[in-house]
Amino acid sequence: MKDNSYLAVMGRKNEIMKKAVGIDYSLFESGNIAFDYERMLAETGYKLDEVRKIQRETGVGNTPLLELKNFTALARLISVPGKGARIFVKDEACNPSGSFKARRAAVSAYHAKKAGYKGIMAATSGNYGAAVASQAAMKNLKSIIVQEVFDSSGIGQPEILEKGRVCEAYGAEVLQLTVGPELFYTFLLMLEETGYFNASLYTPFSILGIETLGYELAEQVDELTGKKPDAVVVTHAGGGNVTGTARGLQKAGCQTTKVIGASVDLAGLHMASEHDFNKKSFTTGHTGFGIPFASFPDRADVPRNAARPLRYLDRYVTVTQGEVFYVTEMLAQLEGLERGPAGNTSLAAAFALAQEMDEDQIIVIQETEYTGAGKHPSPQLTFAKKNGIEVRRGDPIENVPGKNIVIPEKPEQIRVKEIDLDHTRASYIRNSVKQSGLSFITAQDIEFLAVDTKKDDNFVRQVLEQLAVNTK
Amino acid sequence: MKEKILKGCWVQIHNVILAVGERAPQVPEDTKATPLQMWVKGFLQEDAFLGDRVKISTVTDRIVEGKLVAVNPAYQVDFGEPQPELLTIGRELRKLLEVV
Repeated sequence: MKDNSYLAVMGRKNEIMKKAVGIDYSLFESGNIAFDYERMLAETGYKLDEVRKIQRETGVGNTPLLELKNFTALARLISVPGKGARIFVKDEACNPSGSFKARRAAVSAYHAKKAGYKGIMAATSGNYGAAVASQAAMKNLKSIIVQEVFDSSGIGQPEILEKGRVCEAYGAEVLQLTVGPELFYTFLLMLEETGYFNASLYTPFSILGIETLGYELAEQVDELTGKKPDAVVVTHAGGGNVTGTARGLQKAGCQTTKVIGASVDLAGLHMASEHDFNKKSFTTGHTGFGIPFASFPDRADVPRNAARPLRYLDRYVTVTQGEVFYVTEMLAQLEGLERGPAGNTSLAAAFALAQEMDEDQIIVIQETEYTGAGKHPSPQLTFAKKNGIEVRRGDPIENVPGKNIVIPEKPEQIRVKEIDLDHTRASYIRNSVKQSGLSFITAQDIEFLAVDTKKDDNFVRQVLEQLAVNTK
Repeated sequence: MKEKILKGCWVQIHNVILAVGERAPQVPEDTKATPLQMWVKGFLQEDAFLGDRVKISTVTDRIVEGKLVAVNPAYQVDFGEPQPELLTIGRELRKLLEVV
């Protein structure tokens, strides 16, 4: 009989994954830190035109780009004269499953069907579950979603409970687990049992699915304004959204567009802690994923993560939970768009960033997500209060994740906090060296790390020097 | 008296996946002190009572065994209570925009 203990199953990880994603990652390895990222995407994935066609077949993409005129007016009212960029939003909630995640799932489901898998699986507590379930339904594939939902007493975040419900609505089997990274262990066991395709968030399929978002966005900005966007703000968690959007922008010729990541600041809360689990009001788009996935992308379920945010980020900022709830209310009240809070992380950041930019510039928020029972400011704040979180109006500067949620008193109080990307880049280089176990770093590695951090060789060499790594 | 739950009912079962002591080494202490639990729903395979060890057939046609904990489990999500901290935001912002 098979040994299904935690350590035994984790030991079979690579073997299980190879079968479940059908990619031989060793083909792209050089034996060093470096690997051939572009070739991995080119040879395992699909071209942009193919992805557009695949997505069109299941009604994914071609979402509207809307100008938020009242947001822009308000930003100009409170910024210095001449400042206040035009603010646009890509209404990704219009995708079949209510979020941009349908783009990722569409390609995975298409590929799984083509490769002869009977079903697909995903480990997610987010919108991706609904996306996988919805795309699976269209392709006559079975689907299983594994979610981290409850604390040990069976209390669950309303946002995640809603995501479980919607997965079931699309015909998925939902496995609901308590807090802990061993969710991955359960996921591996299920892959082994079912032989289903792993619709991982980190395969080339998933990333190439998002390129169309960046590409469409550029086309639409051009159509509406005759210009290229000056900045695109992307809610950042696992890194796929940043990576895919930025690649799509580049393919559309937007070489000077700044790609700005935004996450909800959850500093101080431990993501695997039973105690902290229900102290947060955002279950995705937060720093608990954003920072670890930027500083160590290959921590993912596949050996080489196709989501590599540091390759593309020009800037990374955080906003607070209270600010995001405030702009969610703003979006409904001023623009007539009721959308889910988590997707509005980049909206909060963009409202502040627009005030730094000139009036003739353009800033785009590249997603919205659906809203519904549970996944909405009222139930999320109701839940927060029940869990002892203080909710009040005030200056978000007083925000302490896990203790309070401070809803701004006025729009001037929405601000972004800068994350020092060079610090994150240095962490990434450190983690790569540590993980490789290599005693020296080759020139090829240095070149790879430079590209992978959007810096030059000198930057990488300086970090390696501080780490006392031999760069023979 | 306990009510019999009939074969074919939509039910939820519970399992302990990893007991305390079997949890992964990297798990924080507070989480380590609790078991990893899992709930899954499906159609009951044989008549049973709450608390019984039962088999269900899930929507993907898997047969899963576990402790029967709920029949026709309700969705717990709603729109919560109106939040005083949010209720006035629309009015405040529209007032600001009146001067534009």
